[in-house]
Amino acid sequence: MLLGRTANGLYWMFRYIERAENMARLIDAGLRMALTKTSDAPEEWSSVLMSAGVKIGYDSKYKEYNASLVSDFLLRDLSNPSSVMACVETARSNARMVRTALTREAWESVNETWMVLKSTLASIIPETDLPRVLDQIKRETAIIRGAFHGTMLRNEIFNFARIGTFIERADNTARILDVKYYVLLPSISYVGTTLDNFQWESILRSVSAHRSYRWVYDVEYNPVNIADYLILNSRMPRSLNFCYSNIVDNLKYLALDYGKRHECHDMSESIMTRLENNEIRTIFDNGLHEFLSDLIYQTNSLSSKIAHAYNFD
Amino acid sequence: MNPFDEMIKTGGEVRPPYEQLKCWLDTQNPERLAQKSLDAENVFRKTGITFAVYGDEEAAERLIPFDIIPRIITGNEWRRLSQGIEQRVMALNAFLDDIYHRQEIIRAGRIPRELFTHNDAYLPEMVGFRPPGNVYTHIIGVDIVRTEENQFYVLEDNARTPSGVSYMLENRETMMQLFPELFQQIKVRPVETYPKLLRQSLAAVAPPGCKGTPTIAVLTPGIYNSAYFEHAFLADQMGVELVEGSDLKIENGKVVMRTTEGNRAIDVLYRRVDDSFLDPLTFRRDSALGVAGIMDVYRSGNITIANAPGTGIADDKALYSYMPEIVEFYTGRKAILENVPTHRCSEPDTLKYVLDNLSDLVVKEVHGSGGYGMLVGPAASKKECEAFALKLKANPKNYIAQPTLALSTTPIMTEKGLAPRHVDLRPFVLVSDRIRITPGGLTRVALKEGSLVVNSSQGGGTKDTWVLDD
Repeated sequence: MLLGRTANGLYWMFRYIERAENMARLIDAGLRMALTKTSDAPEEWSSVLMSAGVKIGYDSKYKEYNASLVSDFLLRDLSNPSSVMACVETARSNARMVRTALTREAWESVNETWMVLKSTLASIIPETDLPRVLDQIKRETAIIRGAFHGTMLRNEIFNFARIGTFIERADNTARILDVKYYVLLPSISYVGTTLDNFQWESILRSVSAHRSYRWVYDVEYNPVNIADYLILNSRMPRSLNFCYSNIVDNLKYLALDYGKRHECHDMSESIMTRLENNEIRTIFDNGLHEFLSDLIYQTNSLSSKIAHAYNFD
Repeated sequence: MNPFDEMIKTGGEVRPPYEQLKCWLDTQNPERLAQKSLDAENVFRKTGITFAVYGDEEAAERLIPFDIIPRIITGNEWRRLSQGIEQRVMALNAFLDDIYHRQEIIRAGRIPRELFTHNDAYLPEMVGFRPPGNVYTHIIGVDIVRTEENQFYVLEDNARTPSGVSYMLENRETMMQLFPELFQQIKVRPVETYPKLLRQSLAAVAPPGCKGTPTIAVLTPGIYNSAYFEHAFLADQMGVELVEGSDLKIENGKVVMRTTEGNRAIDVLYRRVDDSFLDPLTFRRDSALGVAGIMDVYRSGNITIANAPGTGIADDKALYSYMPEIVEFYTGRKAILENVPTHRCSEPDTLKYVLDNLSDLVVKEVHGSGGYGMLVGPAASKKECEAFALKLKANPKNYIAQPTLALSTTPIMTEKGLAPRHVDLRPFVLVSDRIRITPGGLTRVALKEGSLVVNSSQGGGTKDTWVLDD
């Protein structure tokens, strides 16, 4: 038994930690794309903002897209609730709220991340410094994950935290794919041009999968395989299949613990079935964009159902 | 005359309780000790042991400075202190019971009725009501100062929601991490049992209708409260839920909390929310920190609130000067621990005396706390004294005055080595089926040379407090 507010705090704490890390990856991928002279840098940055789900906020503030403005908006701008600093602030506030549910190590890792990033992100980051800062952000969130996995009891507290992580990650992966779905469509570019290759690598890079892709598939990027990897592969830790399988498992533990199933259980399992019993060809045939936007919608709705079931809506 | 120093006598001789520590200190490399000071600060920062200073936007969360030199009290000194404290908290509870019932002490003419009639801390809602176990103030912090080898004074009784106990516990924890070898050499009585004792103590005053293990919760105003760290810390250490007003509501005559498995009833609520915010239906209507209707549940005996509403009347500064009478009236004995002689500015002759001697006195607001709104005469400039005199004349009833005590000093670690600073002591007392006093307490230290103000909001720090197991 947990307070509803505690479950809520854990859920959002981990969503925001995940989001902070995803922001760092997105900027990383954006930087890489902007370096390739073949691409249209402003357009790339605009699509980074779209993937981050913050384009409207950005457009109301700035007129142009470039590395320093976009990365500043995504890293430091507290008026952007999804900026890394805002995420870390929110994650820490939630951690403070649920402090009694965390081990000392888990709490301290979040608190330390907050202290470190507050000082790192205190002033504008020069472009030459971005790679170092992005690395630091990923390292900090990795430490939180490590402290959490290494010390937390595998109980309801752990389950709510994990559900938050994977809901956020599923949403993130689906959005990255959806923003760029057209570059994956075989009808347009079945044989990749150089630009396509960069685009494909960028998608993989934004989920840190550009190296592991080669271990699973081929040295050559291929849009169908990329989509397969990020949607259906059950071992890729940022794929939709992987995220949902974790959501389903953690919800199952809650049902066992509490002796009660809810609507969110049925819903998560039916989404999981769609991801398990599916071929990437079929998804393409029925429309990749339709599939992804439906999944984003469903993930959102699952999130509300979970909050409702466990009294934190 | 120099104030009494707890480590070094006037002639330079070390007082017996500090002998071992002083020997050890003399063998230490100053750089290593300086490093340990930094280590301690890092521990506190990392753990997030912070407090908020109201009205200070920039430093929303600050550390209370920690000094690594422990303050030492002998077993004998402690025995006397704890007897005095025990007598005092018994008197406080008896007093609360009396003034909310028959008011014998007023009828006996020992204290004036006016003290209650216009006092916000006295709650008419509590009249005629007896809390479970007949305990009003369950958790008390008694502020004690020392002026000589054998002279201790009670400065204040904190009978509402005393804070600081988490610092007492974390200070010890930190000292044991930094200097394990010291604890092998010197036998120090443990404080770590406090959370367990607190839990036992709260469980012992569960409502009579509660069957089985009572469900206990700590009620906090939330993460922006200055003592939030402590609320979370205590809930965690006791293994109970840390709730906010928004988690609670009334269901079937019980206070319930909203959980992942539905609503659960609470039997004992250790609230760290002030009386006036506790129940918007009874007290402040704009309060979002409390629970609407909790006072009805309380009065029908279905929840224990610790401390009970209305206990603030017992530590009201207007009442402080009557404490010797109160202790004697209810325990039949003279108070073991003395009060600081106190001038009530409400009395015209006294007011004149206070105004004439402002530069020698400490003047406090009757309802103030945390060192805000007070005047330390000897440390104040002429201008400050004059400004304060105006406030005093405008509303004399609002003030009491006390002589400036030569508070004892203990050494702290400074950049130039050990240097004496003034200290006070807040032991923590638990009252329920019996009285539990944790040996030691929180030593607060005024870090500025010569300063007498130990409050953390005014630049004070803390130290670990050792009661010797001798």
